[in-house]
Amino acid sequence: MELSTTRHADMTIVHVPAPRIDAAAAIAFKDAMREAVGTEPDHVVLDLGQVTFVDSSGLGAIVAVMKSMGDGRRLDLASLTPDVAKVFRLTRMDTVFLIHADLDRAKPRAAG
Amino acid sequence: MMPRDDATFHCNATSLDVRGVLSELRAHLETRNIREDDCSNIELALAEALNNIVEHAYALALPGTITLLLRIGEGQLTCELRDSGRAMPSLVPPDATGPDVTPTLAALPEGGFGWSLIHALTVHLHFIRDGSENRLVLDFDLGASESARDISPRRRASDT
Repeated sequence: MELSTTRHADMTIVHVPAPRIDAAAAIAFKDAMREAVGTEPDHVVLDLGQVTFVDSSGLGAIVAVMKSMGDGRRLDLASLTPDVAKVFRLTRMDTVFLIHADLDRAKPRAAG
Repeated sequence: MMPRDDATFHCNATSLDVRGVLSELRAHLETRNIREDDCSNIELALAEALNNIVEHAYALALPGTITLLLRIGEGQLTCELRDSGRAMPSLVPPDATGPDVTPTLAALPEGGFGWSLIHALTVHLHFIRDGSENRLVLDFDLGASESARDISPRRRASDT
């Protein structure tokens, strides 16, 4: 899975271009995420604006990535489409992740 | 009386083929003017049930095939999934209780959500073992708004 990243001073945004994070894509997603986030950025925001389907395998993969980042590092989510938001709501995982309505709201405010 | 609207789908028990049959099913539902919200609920529940078959029923064997029998009625839809894999343990599906989403990072569950999602998205489900075949029947209400039920293991007092 190809992921693109946008690096800000305090935050790295990882964009998921694939429409589905499902059982067929879960492993590829995890591998690609581990490469994208490595050990470096403390605050990562996952841009799911292009993703229209996440099942429990996809959800598990996202959780696995957060766990592998470890304490002290943050994985937030942004731009959840309605069906994806529903999965996080039904599983109460929307209480585990900080979810931003869109990327503008996730970005750090300009200084000054 | 509404004529029966039946359709049958097949797929091999691999996650990639499951994707394919879900896409076929979704297209079929759209030709029947099923509301998008219901299409999404049905797709998600079937994805979970199909993934269970791929991972568990056929876990130790070569991928078999899965048959989906769809019936659309007045305000409701039923999908029966049939496979020839291993029987479900104790022949009873897991209940609706989802994994506990505790605040401890290390203890966060990465799995176990599938059955609770299926329960939340259906109005009824049942499983039977017929000879060497597993049959899982999922019933859906059509046209209900946000009919999916919360699956957290402990309901708060403020939840209705």
